[in-house]
Parts: sequence; C-alpha cells; structure tokens
Amino acid sequence: MPVSVTNSRVIYEALRQAGVRLMSALPETWLVHLIRQADDDPEMMLVRLAKEEEGVGISAGAYFAGVKSAMLMQNHGFLASINGIVSFAHLYKIPLLMLISFRGSFGEPDPWQTQGGNITEPLLRALGIPFCYLDSAAAIGKRIADAQTLAHSSLQPVALLLTRDLMWEE
Amino acid sequence: MQRLECLRAIYDRLSDCLVVTIMGAVAAELHSLGHRPNFFYLQHAMGLASSTGLGLALCLPKQRVLVFDGDGSVLMNLGTFSTLARYRPPNLVHIIFDNESLLSVGGFPTATATGTDLEGVARASGIRNSRTVRAVEDFGSAFTAAMAGQELACIVAKVEAVGPKAYVNELAMIENRFEFRRHIQSQTKR
Repeated sequence: MPVSVTNSRVIYEALRQAGVRLMSALPETWLVHLIRQADDDPEMMLVRLAKEEEGVGISAGAYFAGVKSAMLMQNHGFLASINGIVSFAHLYKIPLLMLISFRGSFGEPDPWQTQGGNITEPLLRALGIPFCYLDSAAAIGKRIADAQTLAHSSLQPVALLLTRDLMWEE
Repeated sequence: MQRLECLRAIYDRLSDCLVVTIMGAVAAELHSLGHRPNFFYLQHAMGLASSTGLGLALCLPKQRVLVFDGDGSVLMNLGTFSTLARYRPPNLVHIIFDNESLLSVGGFPTATATGTDLEGVARASGIRNSRTVRAVEDFGSAFTAAMAGQELACIVAKVEAVGPKAYVNELAMIENRFEFRRHIQSQTKR
C-alpha cells in the first residue's frame, strides 16, 4: 500500500511525545498505519467510532479526566463532526487535537473525494478553527506539539491537515 | 412514572459518581434537586452525552460514570450503542429517559412513540445488560443492580412527557464545565 509507513510512524511518535493517550478514529486509507500503531500500543486507548462526531464527546470526556487525546479522521469525518465541534467544543471551550486527512486536493485521483477537498479549508476558516498543514516529515514533531499547545492554551479545537505529499508514496 | 420521581429516588446515590446529562428537562430537573460539582449538563450537542460518558469511563476506570440521556438525543446518535458495546466500560451506567417526545420543542413524538425500542437497539448492538422499566420502584432496583454490577448497563426508563416550567438554570455553562473538570482533577490527585 503506498500510504507512507515511515511518515505514519513519525506522526504516531510525535503524538506519543505530545502525551496523547487516547485516540478516536474511523478508518480511512491514509490513516491505516496510524490506527494499526495505536491498536498495537498497549499504552494507547484506541476508540473506533461509528461516526466521527462521537469523537468530540469522547475527547471532551478524556479532557475532563485529564487525559490528552487526538482525533483521527478524514475531511468528510470533519464534516460529520461539525455540530459537535460547534455545540460542544466551541460552546464549552474544550480543546481538541484533530488530525484530518486532506483528501480531494491536488493529485486526488478519486472523484468522490474532490468536493470535500474543495470546502475543507473554507469550512475550517468559517468555523474559526486554527489549522496548519502536515506536509513534510521534518516539521511533524514541532507542528503536532505546537497544535496541542495552542489547543490547550486557547481551549478550542485545532486542526492539522495531513497532506498527500506526506501520506502518500507513489 | 415521571422523570423527576426517578431522579429523586436515586439523587442521594449520585454523590460519588460523575454524572453527565443531556439538555432540556433532564438537566433542569436534576439541577432543581440540587446542583453538585460532579454534575455536568451538556446543554447542546444532542447525542454526545453518552460519548462523553464513554470518554470519562475509559479514562477513569475507578470512577463510576452515569449518563442521563433521552430518547430524542440518543436517536440522533444510535451508533453510540455499538461504540459503547465495543468497549463496554464496566463503570458506565447509561440511563435513557424515554418520554417518546421532543418535549422542550412542543412535544412532537419521536420514533419511540411509533415502535422503536431503545432497549432492543441497545441489546442488539451488544449491550446485554439492558432493560426497560416503567415504575419508580423498578427504576430504583434497576439502578441499584447496575451500580452494584461490574458490567456496562443500559436502563431505558419509560416516563411521562412532562417537564419543568423552565429549562434555564442560573448556572452558566462555562462555569459548570470548569467546575466539573476541577472536581475530577481534585478527586484524581488524592
């Protein structure tokens, strides 16, 4: 599978370094290695979801409990989470670390991903969610640490967009 | 059976638990019995009270976590039953007050009024320890059994579609959220 094992490992290690102990996830192609690593890690609580919006509640519960968490999702999972983000995370000032695979952008061969790709960044902006790209292996550790720092200092959701350049190896 | 009677019947046993409620009548009625720092009222995000309870229960396995849900809310997130069943935290009790109605917006009937059986959905999703109760005494004994057990429990309490006069309480949502987290942090540091 041309999803980058190496870069998935770097992302996973950065999340562990950032103290993440719970991950919620709904599988999608680019996330498979990350989810497998979480599943194989006895120190990580992996919560497999039926729908990504559940992850907002689970991460809020983890936050109340003092446990750092991350949400792994495709951009369509982000779309499916928006009510929870607004009516829980924003309303109650809950920090969320969202890792969103940015499908449907430049280089996307799957036609069904392209509409979601068009509107991901405009929606993040419309919701006032700070976001940044994970597009090179060298920057992963710092970006993830910085995203988490901002989420917890501002008490709000922060997103990292996982790009094709990082996740896919042809 | 009225929801307020059910809440009153178990109120004294809520002090050592973490309690998450949905918005509307459940929040207002529990609050009317007396607020405590271990109560969190999720005043929106319908469907996510049970997900919040799951996050709490997984992260705090020694704490008893209670979720007070409703038919309208849980119908918005039926997938929660399959996720709860998958991880089945033994310290979580999921109580659903089913009044077959979206009471706070005028009493429109939900799908439980036309045959959807939430205990059946929970059970078929994999939550074996699920039951429906229709009388306050049965609710009390179901609650006692759920609290004594070490198994994820779901109690569907069929209640009348009556609620409080007002749904607003004087506790600001943000204050509630900070107080709840601080309460948990002070508990876990001990």
